[in-house]
Order: sequence, then C-alpha cells, then structure tokens
Amino acid sequence: MYDASTLFAQLLNGLSYSSTLFLVASGLALIFGVTKIVNFAHGSFYMLGAYIALTVTNALPTTGFGFWGGVVIAALVVGAIGCLIEVTILRRIYQAPEVFQILVTFGLVLVFQNLIYEFWGPDEVLAPRVPGLKGAVTIFGERIPQYNIALIFVGPVFLGLLWWLTHRTRWGRLIRAATQDREMVASLGVNQKTLFTAVFFIGTFLAGLAGALQIPKESANLQMDINIVVEAFVIVVIGGMGSIMGAFLAAVLVGVINAFGVLFFPQAVSVLIFLVMVLVLVFRPNGLLGGRMVAQRPGDLSIDQPFRLPTRAMKQAMLAAVLALALLPLVLPLYFEVIMTEVFILAIFAGSLHFLLSVGGIVSFGHAAYFGLGSYAAALVATRLGLPMAAGVLAAMVAGAGGGLLFGWFCTRLKGVYLAMLTLAFAQILFTLSIQMVSVTGGDNGIVGLTRPSWLNSHMAYYYLALAAAVLATRLMRRALYAPFGFAFRAGRDSLARSAAIGIDTARIQWGAFVLSGAFAGLAGALMAYHRGSVFPTDFSVSTTVDALVMVLVGGVQSVSGPLIGALSYHFVSVELIRNLADYWRLILGLFIIVFVLGVPQGIVGAFMNRFGKGER
Amino acid sequence: MSTPMLEVTGLNAAYGQAQILFDMNLKVRANEVVAIMGRNGAGKSTTFKALMGHLKNRSGSVRLRGEAIEKLPVYQIARRGLGFVPEDRRIFSELTVLENLDLGRQPPREGAAEWTVETLFDAFPNLAAMPDRPGSDMSGGEQQMLTIARTLMGNPYLVLLDEPSEGVAPVIVERLARLILDLKAKGLTILLSEQNLAFAAALADRAYVLDRGHIVFEGTMAELSANEAVCRAYLTM
Ligand SMILES: Nc1ncnc2c1ncn2[C@@H]1O[C@H](COP(=O)(O)OP(=O)(O)OP(=O)(O)O)[C@@H](O)[C@H]1O
Ligand SMILES: [Mg+2]
Repeated sequence: MYDASTLFAQLLNGLSYSSTLFLVASGLALIFGVTKIVNFAHGSFYMLGAYIALTVTNALPTTGFGFWGGVVIAALVVGAIGCLIEVTILRRIYQAPEVFQILVTFGLVLVFQNLIYEFWGPDEVLAPRVPGLKGAVTIFGERIPQYNIALIFVGPVFLGLLWWLTHRTRWGRLIRAATQDREMVASLGVNQKTLFTAVFFIGTFLAGLAGALQIPKESANLQMDINIVVEAFVIVVIGGMGSIMGAFLAAVLVGVINAFGVLFFPQAVSVLIFLVMVLVLVFRPNGLLGGRMVAQRPGDLSIDQPFRLPTRAMKQAMLAAVLALALLPLVLPLYFEVIMTEVFILAIFAGSLHFLLSVGGIVSFGHAAYFGLGSYAAALVATRLGLPMAAGVLAAMVAGAGGGLLFGWFCTRLKGVYLAMLTLAFAQILFTLSIQMVSVTGGDNGIVGLTRPSWLNSHMAYYYLALAAAVLATRLMRRALYAPFGFAFRAGRDSLARSAAIGIDTARIQWGAFVLSGAFAGLAGALMAYHRGSVFPTDFSVSTTVDALVMVLVGGVQSVSGPLIGALSYHFVSVELIRNLADYWRLILGLFIIVFVLGVPQGIVGAFMNRFGKGER
Repeated sequence: MSTPMLEVTGLNAAYGQAQILFDMNLKVRANEVVAIMGRNGAGKSTTFKALMGHLKNRSGSVRLRGEAIEKLPVYQIARRGLGFVPEDRRIFSELTVLENLDLGRQPPREGAAEWTVETLFDAFPNLAAMPDRPGSDMSGGEQQMLTIARTLMGNPYLVLLDEPSEGVAPVIVERLARLILDLKAKGLTILLSEQNLAFAAALADRAYVLDRGHIVFEGTMAELSANEAVCRAYLTM
C-alpha cells in the first residue's frame, strides 16, 4: 500500500490537474449556458492553446516573463480564433437542431486536428521547464514540482474572477440573465450577437489558457482535444449544466479521483470517473449544483407527418433495387465488391443510429460504443473461446443490446445535449478501456485472426451475407417503426410531456429503442470484424460515430432508406479520400460537414420537409 | 394630424406553416391606452411577438413614431423605444430586484418619461421594500410589477403589456389598474392585451377585438361595452 505522504503528494498533483479541468469546463459551461451550443471543438481550442504557447514561448526569452507572457498571448490568440469561428460559423447555427450543432463543432475538431498536424507535425512536443519554477518542493518527504503547486491556485483564482465578473458587473449579470432567457434579454435592448461573441471569446480564452498552462506538465499531442473535451463534458454534467461553481466542485472531484485512480486502478481510471458521474446523476439528476433541466426544444428533428407506409410502387422499387444489388457481383470488379460489402455493413450501423436519431429524436453521439461492443464480443468469442462465427455474431448482438440496456438506462433519464454528452462519454470510456486492458483486448494492436466458415470465405459469399443482413435489419427496424412500439417511440420524440399524459411510459420505450438499436449496431460490428478478420480500438472511437452520423445526414435524416444511400455515397468517397489524400482527409471531411450543414439551411430535414410540403422543421 | 405612436398595417404572422394573424391594422396615438381583446388563442400574444420581432415569420409594416421597425432585430426595436412585458413575466430569477431593474436600463429618450430606480420605487412601493430579494423568491404579483418596472427602466415610448391581470390576485389587479393609469398620467403610451372586459374598460381609451387572428371590432371602449353582440360573441364575460 501507499503511505500517507505519497497519497498527499498525489492529492496535490490531482488538485493541480483540477485547475486545468476547471478552466476548460468553465469555458464550456459558460458557452453552453448562453448560446446553448454544445461546443465539441472546445478541446480543440485547448489543444491549440498548448501548441501556440509552445511556439510563442520558444520565440520569447526564457525568463519568467517570457513564459507567462507567452501563455497569455497564446490564450488571447486562441480567444481571437474563437471569436472568428463564432462570427463566421457558429452564429449561423444557433437556431439549428442540436445534432447539427454537434456535427458542425465536430467538423471543426477535424479541421483543427488537420491544421495542427500540418503546422506542428505528428510528434509530441514537450516544453522546457518554467523559469523561476524549475525546482520541486519537498512535502512530507515527497518531491512535487513547484509548477504543479503554482497551478493549484490558478483554478480558485479564476473561479473568483469569474464569480466577480458574473455577480459584480452589469455585463456579467447580463450573461447570467441570457443564460436563463435570451429572448427577454433581447427585448430589453441588448445585442445578443456581441454578447455571444464576447462569451465565446472568454470561453475559448479559458480553454486556450488551460492548454498553454499544461505544456510544462504534459507534452502537446494530437489526442489532447478529444480527451479533454470528454472530461470537460463529464465535469459539466456532474457539476450541473451551466453552473460555474458546480464545474469547479466537479473539476476538483474528477482531478482528485484521477490522481488516486492512477495509484489504485491504473487501467480503469476512466471507469472510476464514470461511476462517480453515474452516482451523482442517480442522486442528483441535474448535477451537483444544476438548477432545473434546461427546457429543450422538442421536435427539433420531428415532422408533423408520420412516416408513410410504403406504397405498392415503392415496394416494387425496393424489390427491384435489392435484386439489382444481388446481381451486381456478377459484373463488379473485386475491389467494388469488397467496398459494397462494407457499405451494407455500414448501412446497418447507420440504420441503427438513424432509428434512435430521427425516429426517437435521440442524439446518440457515442453510437460507436455498440459497434465496438459487437466487434470485440465477436472477436473474443472467436479467438478466446474458439467458437464458430454464428456464435460470434450472436454474442455481438447480445453485447450491443447489453450496452444499450446499460447505457440506455442512464441516457433515457436525460434529454438533449446531456444525453449526447453522456453517450459520448460512454463510448470514450470503452475506447480507453479497449486500449488500456491489453491482456483482454490486445490494446492498440487489437485482436486479429477471426476466421469465417469455409462457405463464407469467398468475397462473393460474404457480399451476399452482408446484403441479406442489411435487408433483414432494415426490414426489422421498419417493422418496429410501424408497430405500436414505434408509434409510442415517435410520440416521445414529438412531445415527451404529452406522451406521458396519454399513458406512454416514454423512458421505457426509449430504453427499449436503445436495446434494439444497440443490437443492430452490434451486428454491424460483428460483420465488420469478420469482414476484416480483426478488430481495433478505433471501432469505439468518435470518428466511427461521426462516420455513421454523416451517413445519416447525407442520406437524409427523415428518409427511411437514407442510411443505405448515405452509406453508399459516403463510404465510396471516404475510401477514395483516404487512399489519395490521406494527409488532408480530416480537413476535407470537416469542411464538408460544416459546409453541408450550413449550406442546406434547415439541413436535410428542411429539404425533406419542402418536398413533402409540411410545416416548419 | 400628428404621426401616430404606433401604426401597424397589413400585419400577417405565422408559426411555421400555420398562419395566426391575418392582415391586421392597428393604430395607437401618443399617450393613449389601447386594449387588444380576445379569447384564449385569439392571437394577442402573437401580435406582440410579431411587433417586437420575436416572431420572424411575418409581413406587413410596423411604424413606431413614423419610423419603420419591421425589419429590425429585436434589440434594435427595443432601443427604438418599444417596451415589452410578456405574459409569462420572465424575470431573471437568479438576480435580485435591483439587478433585474439594472438590466433594463437604457439611456433617456427625447420625448419620453425618464425613469430611475428611485422614481420607480416611488411608483412601485412594494418593490422598494425588497431591493435585494432574488426574483425566484417573489410572488406572481410582485414578479408582474417587477417586469413592468424593468421595462420602464428602458424609458420606452410605448409599452406592450401582455395580459397583465392574468393569474394575479384580485387585490393586485386593482393595484395594477391604478398603476397603469398613473403611468398614462406620466405620458406613457400603452398597448395592452386583455380578456377581462371590466379591467380593460377601466383603463383603455380604445379597443380592438381579435378573433382567430382577424380584427373583428374596432372602437372606443364605451362603444365596445355597449355592443353586446360583439362582447357575447368574442369575449369572455
Ligand atoms: N409557438 C407556437 N407555435 C405554434 N402555434 C402557436 C405558438 N404559440 C401560439 N400558437 C398558436 O397561435 C394561436 C394564437 O396564440 P396566442 O398565444 O397569440 O393567443 P393569445 O390570444 O395570446 O391567447 P391567451 O389568452 O391564451 O394568451 C393559438 O392558436 C396558438 O395555439
Ligand atoms: Mg397570450
């Protein structure tokens, strides 16, 4: 066991990390509170702060002034970039459905990743020690870097500053007022645009500052962005949405748990933090200091008109399309056959997301969790137990459904952005686990050596299996859509309160939808695992989720055949992109997402609505 | 004839595809109190939201003191001197009475009564008794008073008052009526919406009656009170 002095030293280290977490999370909370935008790119501003600070402090003399001045300059530059992004991009999507806001900010994440890679390269960069704080303090016989001690105070200082700003200045009170009621603030003659831009400046400044302050402790790397933003989400959820004091308490909690977790459960720190979040949410659904839940705009993606039952002509067209697809391998070159197989598998995955998103209005931003659960379950059953493929596929569906059962239980207690954040956090935990639990998952190397039964060994046979699975899965999900369950699910999307009033147990229904969706995503994961013969942690990654989201988006959020069409167009393009423009595919994909969402003002939904001549969104 | 304080011509407004207001014409002269009457769902609040610019989906012309404001964003409309007291009150519950008032502050306006916290506390003695109370700890009537006072801090020419008497205790309703008359005496122009004929009759000079988004009657308050057919058909008695 560890002695008291080690524990105390670790406590101090944890508190110094709490400061970093608080700076990031408070900025996120501030931005969310006022603009109601869930800024997934917040971690990118943090990462940007770190890299810019490296460059600036290198250019300045290596004195205390040089370092601290460089940190402040970096934070200011990041704030300015934040303003620019707000004015040019985010300002256009304040009224958009939140899934589009999430997608656009995620598009920014990709763009920033690519640009930072371009400017600073793929390697980790460590800053020199901070002049004036190079030494270490000895406390109870443990040496703790002076810099870490200094950082402990940064959090409380900024808590004080933010408190002063929001309670003692008129401008800060305006921020609090706008957090509660933007419309009323405008009615009193306040220009929201400048208010929003200013809030965005402060928020991104804080993120940039946190990143800049982190460089003496941790080398700057290209994974910083997602890691920190997920932690910041967890903190904001624990602390209570939009509450700065709550963010502080949660940051301290998470920082300390992190520090002790590393000592006691080095492989499962993220699980520990996740458990704490679960505990908090069970006892205080709105977080430690959160007020009532922000009223969400319901029916963001909803339509007044129910999905139509297919007409006879449509049925015939679908049958013809399936037949055509069935005949395709006779003429297709092998390369396309392989790609098409993947398209079918991805269509199942996108379809399962589509089921939650457009039918239930649930933004599952961690949908990769079920895909990965499926692929890993199949891989483990196949390689560890040596069971045949059928068992692997079954295990994958059970694992996906189990994931849906577990996560759905929490997620259906939350709404809107909370839910998006929580689902992302779940997926991210599994992602981390799949990397860290090397003995089970093989870590970064994944698991290889899945073999298909001999009758499925040819590409053509597997093509037909994937096609059949896609057709069957789509049919089953459509069945669910038109069953009483599906109607109740859609009712919940359109108005939770009203469906509750007519006796629909919306939470149960949504929970069921999670299970169903998870099972199909798991199926897709297993089929992909057997297709590739291997599984990797990326199956759990955010980009896997985003791939599915983009497919749904491209195919059309409200069209039932959307996932297949989306998977078809997106997969071909992305495969080609990665093959030919590997260094820029993130940039291109990011810009594509942003332009797509901005360019089609009401997104695909609007286009769909226009076609069917129905009302606003 | 001088330009009216507010002149609305051909106002149409819709939520999405659902049109709510049809070709409305309204006129409010300086220092008048005008009531828009109508049952639940007639479109009173929608009218105010459209005038204030909250409802973007609208057409027609809105002139405040002769100046076209229908293309301006909400905050610009507010800065032209149009004050808005919404029906659901919407005070900032985390902020105290004084802080709420402070957020309503706008520079004084040529030709409009000038309000300060002191003069408002004179006019609203019950607020003066609780300057540091947070909005969340106030009764419905007190909140209603605070919303009105907060709007007055902007020194508006004209105030849109959406159903001030709704959900407020009868004693407070009486106090509200006296207050509104005081405000009129100080030179304020008021366009209020109301379902309660007695309340409106005590305050307003003229009235418009709204039914499903159409103006079905227009005249002085006395004419409306005398017109039993209209009252019976379109108003709650
Ligand atoms: N946000 C909205 N979206 C769609 N329809 C709306 C919306 N708000 C109001 N409506 C509809 O517009 C019509 C007019 O509503 P409005 O609120 O203007 O009525 P009102 O006269 O103010 O009624 P009340 O006396 O109940 O306040 C009603 O039929 C209502 O259902
Ligand atoms: Mg109303």
